[in-house]
Amino acid sequence: MMRLLFNILIDIFAILFLPFLMAGIIKKTKSFWSGRKGASIFQPLYDFIKLIKKHLVISKTTTAVFSLAPIISIAGVFTASLFVPLISGSAFWNLPGGLIVFAYMLGLVKFFSLIGAMDTGSSFEGMGASREACFTTIVEPAFFIIIASIMALSGIYSFESLSKLVLASGSYGILIAIFAALALFLMVLIEGCRVPVDDPATHLELTMIHEVMILDNSGHDLALITWASSIKMLLISSLIAKIIIPDGTILYPLYYLITIFIISMIIGTVESSMARIRMSRIFEFIFIMSSLALIVLSLCGVGMFEGLGG
Amino acid sequence: MSNWIKTQNNEKIDLNSIPTLEIKVLREEIIKLCKLNMRPIGFFGKDWGDNTTKLFVVLADDNNGILYVSSSIFEFPANNYESLTPEIPCFHIFEREFYEDFNIKPLNHPWLKPLRKNQDNYQFFKMEGEEVHEVAVGPIHAGVIEPGHFRFMCNGETVYHLEIMLGYQHRGVENLMLERPSNQLAESISGDSVIAYNLAYSQVMESLKGISVSNKAQLIRKLALEMERVAIHIGDLGAIAGDIAYLMGASVFGATRTLVINTMLEFSGNRFGRGLFTIGGVNFDIDDEKIKRAEKIFEKVECDAKRMVKTMLKNSTVISRLEKTGTISTEKAKEIGLVGMAARAAGLNLDSRFDFKDKWIEELKIEPVQIKGTGDVNARFKLRYKEILQSFSIIRKIFARLKECTNEPVNCGYEALNKENSKDSFAISIVEGWRGEIVHIAMTDEKGNLTRYKIKDPSFNNWYGLALAVRNNGVSDFPLCNKSFNLSYSGNDL
Repeated sequence: MMRLLFNILIDIFAILFLPFLMAGIIKKTKSFWSGRKGASIFQPLYDFIKLIKKHLVISKTTTAVFSLAPIISIAGVFTASLFVPLISGSAFWNLPGGLIVFAYMLGLVKFFSLIGAMDTGSSFEGMGASREACFTTIVEPAFFIIIASIMALSGIYSFESLSKLVLASGSYGILIAIFAALALFLMVLIEGCRVPVDDPATHLELTMIHEVMILDNSGHDLALITWASSIKMLLISSLIAKIIIPDGTILYPLYYLITIFIISMIIGTVESSMARIRMSRIFEFIFIMSSLALIVLSLCGVGMFEGLGG
Repeated sequence: MSNWIKTQNNEKIDLNSIPTLEIKVLREEIIKLCKLNMRPIGFFGKDWGDNTTKLFVVLADDNNGILYVSSSIFEFPANNYESLTPEIPCFHIFEREFYEDFNIKPLNHPWLKPLRKNQDNYQFFKMEGEEVHEVAVGPIHAGVIEPGHFRFMCNGETVYHLEIMLGYQHRGVENLMLERPSNQLAESISGDSVIAYNLAYSQVMESLKGISVSNKAQLIRKLALEMERVAIHIGDLGAIAGDIAYLMGASVFGATRTLVINTMLEFSGNRFGRGLFTIGGVNFDIDDEKIKRAEKIFEKVECDAKRMVKTMLKNSTVISRLEKTGTISTEKAKEIGLVGMAARAAGLNLDSRFDFKDKWIEELKIEPVQIKGTGDVNARFKLRYKEILQSFSIIRKIFARLKECTNEPVNCGYEALNKENSKDSFAISIVEGWRGEIVHIAMTDEKGNLTRYKIKDPSFNNWYGLALAVRNNGVSDFPLCNKSFNLSYSGNDL
């Protein structure tokens, strides 16, 4: 009982602070590569607190949808996080088929941020919304293929199955784990709106994807949206951590923190060393994730045929 | 050729010696000369009293470095003429300006819209279709840039047409120049070409006043001009890197640019060189110690810039963004009369430093930059890089030469400033700023007062080039195209 309580407490800590820390580490890495000292890694947290204190400015053309979107965003990612093993190593709710709830919670969040953006009536935000919607249509099936095939292989129908991959299926499992982790990493970049898909630091409205959708948001609405999108990155990174970290280790929280730290640094490094892909070519990049998903699917299929599953 | 009077850069001619032709004759003459590879650098009116307007035309023969001037008079009630644009398209912007300023209508002009005044009832080009949508940007932009309105007609992510509406920065500079001409005013016209504008103004006034400038002052002026070119080009390379989210480039170029403008601070007390020039020379001398320090800094800047550009051009993601983005063909560039850096990147051989030679080009053995003019962002990126290297080589030669002329005065004192202008004169000065040719034309009356001051910024020609360059590109590539041209709003709006 104590242990369960402890797990819940550290998971709450993770969801509250790790997203900011992740964003902070990414920024720090970027500063490092460009030869600057950079802001403190707690800066995103300070920014969040600053935004919370600020007043809201709401455009007169908007309706209730616009004000509702940030709340649904944060509620949606919180609900989604119930099914994901965070720092404690086990999910709060190991619901069989939780994958579907998870994916569609994120889908709901996206849907509301899209109509929230379109509610402003700005041509930019409509453009951003259409771009974001396009990418999601490709990312979502790939995500389903990866997770569902791993679940089918291990016979466990919650995210718990990810940790069984390496141990239960031997070298086959490791191969699957590598491809699945890689695909999920691409998903972090796409869903987290990072370079090379999107540029979170740009001020150019015409090139933005995610940023342009929140141009009209301010104050605590903006704070909630940025927090929600950081949590989204953390959730997908947590899935990678679950795949990589050996099952049942007592040091899971430590390994978890290290994994998140490394993922953040890799994201920062990718952002520093690459230019952003041309908008018309982004699909080619996203299709890499789809191809990886198909590889995972076929490997899992062969694995099941050989009886390697859990 | 009695229909034209020939003159040269920085030379004064008698206003009364400029031939005045019938507008029909002038039109034929212009078409004839433009077919011989000449291009307009001035096409502007002047109030000639009693309801009449005089139209002055200046054509440049870049191959021989000669300027041709002629004029025509519109007497009331004559208020129109047959437009030149259908025959020679590069006149379109000049005719729009002339129409706006003097209300003399070019008949059959295909695009007779306001240029910088009366923008309230601007009629935008319309495109219809189920999937066509318009995106309006500006006049206030997200970055710290000047105001201007852009309207994209898009189909999905592809731009069919871009219409640019400017005029928000119109301050009436040309009239201010008549009221109170000064170096301070000249250098404030466009903040990124302080040196080039001030040089053009100083030169045109020196021609009118008949002042000659010492070798040392001339060298310092050339030095400052090249430093401005280096600083802005490096800054823009950084901005291009920033626009494609290539972080390392943005920060390295940002840091190196600072070194250059800080050296300018050391030379003139201002990072952009404000207050450096005066009529008759320059205000600040540069001693050997400053030269030595600057040499060291520039060596580092050159090395850093070289390394960064090489790293960038090795990166496939960078190249895929730059290549074949915002392409403008050589034919099109010539047709619409692109000038300066953008024209050279599109394969035109136009550089007023070499076309209108002064004695230093030969004495310092300066060579033009060679580049394959593909006309895309990549070409403009590489051209800027090559011009940086060229400017550094010029700067090195100037430093070496400056050491030889230590005892010369750098300016002519207050007498030069107070000296009277020649009477009834007409003078042209062309300066190749980093963006392209900046043309200043001044006229005086029988008392020696300035009666007309005409300024042409390279942006005046090139904005339309930007509009053509983004056609059939992704709308998200527009900032990149825009930054590779980096045109001046205030230089256009005046």
